[in-house]
Amino acid sequence: MMDSKIPAGELADKWKNYKDSSNLINPANRKKLDIIVVGTGLAGASCAATLAEQGYNVKSFCFQDSARRAHSVAAQGGVNAAKNYKNDGDSVFRMFHDTIKGGDFRSREANVYRLAECSLALIDQAVAQGVPFAREYGGYLNNRSFGGVQVSRTFYARGQTGQQLMVGAYQALMRQVSAGKVQTYTRHEMLDLVLVDGKARGIIARNLETGEIERHAANAVVLATGGYGKVYYLSTLAMGCNTSAIWRAHKKGAFMSGVSWIQFHPTCLPQIGETQSKLTLMSESLRNDGRIWVPKKAGDERVPNDIPEEERDYYLERRYPTFGNLSPRDISSRAAKERIDAGCGVGPMKNAVCLDFSKAIKEQGRDKIEEKYGNLFRMYDKINGVDAYKEPMLISPAAHFTMGGLWVDYNLMTTIPGLFALGEANFSDHGANRLGANSLLQSCVDGYFIAPYTIPNYLSGELKAEKITTEHPAFKEAEDAVQAQIIRFLNVDGHLSADYFHKALGKLLYDKCGLSRTKKSLEAAVIEIKALKKSFDHELKIPGDDQLNSELEKAGRVADFLELGVLMCYDALQREESCGAHFREEYQTTEGEALRNDEDFCYVSAWEWKGEEVQQELHKEPLVFEAVKLTVRSYK
Amino acid sequence: MKLYLKVWRQENRTSGGSMIDYEVDGISEHMSFLEMLDLLNERLILKGERVIEFDHDCREGICGACGMMINGRAHGPLTGTTTCQLHMRSFKDGDTVYIEPFRAAAFPILRDLKTDRSSFDHIIQAGGYISASTGQAPESNSILIAHDTAEAAFDAAACIGCGACVATCKNSSAALFTSAKISHLVLLPQGKTESADRVIKMISQMDAEGFGHCTNTEACEVECPQEISSLHIGRMNYEYNKALILRK
Amino acid sequence: MKQTTLIYKLIMAATGLFLCFFLVIHLLGNLQLLLPESEAREQFNWYSHLLSGNIIIKIISYVLYLSLIGHAVYSLLITLKNKKANGTKYVYDKRAKVSNWNSRNMGILGTIILIFLIIHFKDYWYVYKFGNLPLDAKGNKDLYAIVISSFQQGWYVLIYEISFLALGFHLLHGFFSATRTLGLYHPKYAKAVRIFGWIYSVVITFGFMQIPIYIYFNLHS
Repeated sequence: MMDSKIPAGELADKWKNYKDSSNLINPANRKKLDIIVVGTGLAGASCAATLAEQGYNVKSFCFQDSARRAHSVAAQGGVNAAKNYKNDGDSVFRMFHDTIKGGDFRSREANVYRLAECSLALIDQAVAQGVPFAREYGGYLNNRSFGGVQVSRTFYARGQTGQQLMVGAYQALMRQVSAGKVQTYTRHEMLDLVLVDGKARGIIARNLETGEIERHAANAVVLATGGYGKVYYLSTLAMGCNTSAIWRAHKKGAFMSGVSWIQFHPTCLPQIGETQSKLTLMSESLRNDGRIWVPKKAGDERVPNDIPEEERDYYLERRYPTFGNLSPRDISSRAAKERIDAGCGVGPMKNAVCLDFSKAIKEQGRDKIEEKYGNLFRMYDKINGVDAYKEPMLISPAAHFTMGGLWVDYNLMTTIPGLFALGEANFSDHGANRLGANSLLQSCVDGYFIAPYTIPNYLSGELKAEKITTEHPAFKEAEDAVQAQIIRFLNVDGHLSADYFHKALGKLLYDKCGLSRTKKSLEAAVIEIKALKKSFDHELKIPGDDQLNSELEKAGRVADFLELGVLMCYDALQREESCGAHFREEYQTTEGEALRNDEDFCYVSAWEWKGEEVQQELHKEPLVFEAVKLTVRSYK
Repeated sequence: MKLYLKVWRQENRTSGGSMIDYEVDGISEHMSFLEMLDLLNERLILKGERVIEFDHDCREGICGACGMMINGRAHGPLTGTTTCQLHMRSFKDGDTVYIEPFRAAAFPILRDLKTDRSSFDHIIQAGGYISASTGQAPESNSILIAHDTAEAAFDAAACIGCGACVATCKNSSAALFTSAKISHLVLLPQGKTESADRVIKMISQMDAEGFGHCTNTEACEVECPQEISSLHIGRMNYEYNKALILRK
Repeated sequence: MKQTTLIYKLIMAATGLFLCFFLVIHLLGNLQLLLPESEAREQFNWYSHLLSGNIIIKIISYVLYLSLIGHAVYSLLITLKNKKANGTKYVYDKRAKVSNWNSRNMGILGTIILIFLIIHFKDYWYVYKFGNLPLDAKGNKDLYAIVISSFQQGWYVLIYEISFLALGFHLLHGFFSATRTLGLYHPKYAKAVRIFGWIYSVVITFGFMQIPIYIYFNLHS
């Protein structure tokens, strides 16, 4: 069942070989085939637009009110591509190698190589669409460098690269809407996947405005629904980000992989109150000039500016003299947590560290710092009412990106035939830790360049398949289940809001399955989440009707998060090693660094749903490394 | 602090609505405006009342989902700020705060503060794109774009499609939104090819959606969270006039 | 082709700018009233005669009437469409804080100007064209005498001054708005034209305003 279907041949030739031998569909036949794409972020919009350009009929779904708003817009830093415009020794292989190493050797070689290979075409495509990437004065594209690599391969559009790529993909999608090849269903949420004869043949979606439950049939279903980091409630993600689409697909038979690999971004704004809903990300680029420190003395009550230089602990510079403040995300986040747990945190909730620009301002002048980071300082001031030119920023790690997701093969197809997962919704390319500026890349590459080859390859076998309509009993069955769940939510009539459960789950996961985990904490978390789930089933209160009702939407999402939370813990439990973002305290070196175990854990976990009240079954996809040598990641 | 809210409540597209009073205490100045509404909603849930519906998503000022009239101003009293980035320190204890949806004939109200802004999508569908299908792109560095041109295009492309420009316009005109897209695309060499067709189609669509005339009051650029300049409206007019004269 | 909002706006801009141009001619004529009394009468009456004879002037005057009517009619159409675009009204509306009041109230200012024009046409244009006027020494109709006598009344001067102020604020926004509608977008030149517009508006407004006051205080019929 879990054949990764990696094409034969040399690593560098695999994708070419695939394309040369994949099955094609005659243009006249393409218009007979319907494809559902759920999600309109970078992966979803680009995939829907590209498939429509090829001639397929596409239905595009998103829960937002417009296809332009998916959380891809929030990515700030940039997008990587091995163009080597800086002539600094970059190449597809080097980018591949950086990504594999950055992921702590827990991703598939062939997929990662293809990612690096397709990065070249992505920049061309984005420029052709009108994405205003930064330019040098001569008119050529500019690059900057990002954490964890030694070359400059990051293309950027100020601090809004994600937004600009998103606008490009959105416009491509709108173009196909006006060409009549794409139908958009905004304010629609997918609530179930419909299988016929074991193949994905449609979805059940809820019209979030009218509350109507709709059936949609297709020849293939694409999930590009993003990551599930919102499971922690407080995160850098949008309020609407959820796991429901992939989770409900999981419950219909798609395997989930690497579920506990979740990246915590080190430079986010800390929680300062119980009602907070969001931990806003501050660009990682701030660490180029900002120095990170905490007071040496635990429980220091003084405000940061009153703490003299000799009583400050620049812990990243102390622990990682080579990379210092620019150490990779997982390492920086963990080091911050270590200090905060030791009681050295600052801020009203003692949960933050200082990001200090006083030295940079002294050396380079305020003007220079303002020129580089002015917008970020303004944003900081807007949110906190604090002038960061005068006092240090307070930052803290926050849940950010999920490397895990639906298991997919080289075709980006899940274990359910006809069901594809793209972008952050799948697990494939980042291993146990994602490098900066690789997420935009992966979602775009999946959508523009990979799925539009692999989906037709699958569909070529479906041309003769029986035409399915929404009258098929499978649709009725799925719709009834969805209806039943909605009625159940509305009828519980308890006394606690969906957010209450979401926040409780988030806190639990932060403490027990967050930046670091232990067997004990994970086992405790499983019990507590299950108890929370029980309470959710009986004490939830959803006022209002079954039409437009955001509480009802939240309830469905929280129900899925509660189940996912348990699986995250199981996934973290089974992996008795530390790798990338997954840090088991039992498995560390004497210096407190992650201790990987390639002998026993050089595999990708893939969990199969076995029914309610039953633990999922673990499958393992062994990772084979032929082109790179497994080494210890060191940033000392 | 304690606030006295007057919030627009409406059942659906066709029903009328009215302002309903709520008292909210225990507000911290660090809360964002939307978190204050979360707090109120949480209390409404416990009382078994239907929550106040409002659009929101990223809560970091970039998705463009949130947007309401707060004390008679689009996105509230600050300029260059989305509703989600407005914090309660901008209000005083005891203040009365009026909260209404963005109003325009082209933005029908769905429920409470949620509006339907798909008219913006329709304007983009009419021509707000460069026709470059996947696979057609030439090598990216073969299209040279001066640094300042790229920056100017970015300034226009930064639009988040929130609709504050329409809400604050006394004519409910979508000129700033439409012109930002036209400007973004016409500034770039890739986008020039279709510029005449694009501007005519987008403006016709803007009219068809029922937006009003731009009378250049420039209120839009003040309330725009991305501070998009109303000079783009001038450029749109230029492109339109040019197209009228030169198009076959 | 279907008339789009922008075509309506172009008509407003074109007619408005033509009226701006006409105001300059009109002001130049009126300034002759400020000449020493002995010269002013004949000079002004000669100029008035000039503006009513010539075929070119005739054509221009028809364009002028059309512009006035077009400007008024299209402003009405635009206002109606805008009202329709507004949808339901805000219960609490402080949008006025973010734009200049004159830019928001062009319709009201325009209405004041329109009422003024009716009075103005009735008292001078109609009288000159269809009334029985005495002739001056050169045999031209003595409009000068009527002008001087009407501005002896304080309330009449006041009507004129208020109308000129309305005109001033109308121009202040109108001139800039018209250039933008015509497509001026270059940051540098748009700014220069905007400054020119301010100077133009101020000069025209005060140019017109000083004349009734001068007459009221200095000349007696």
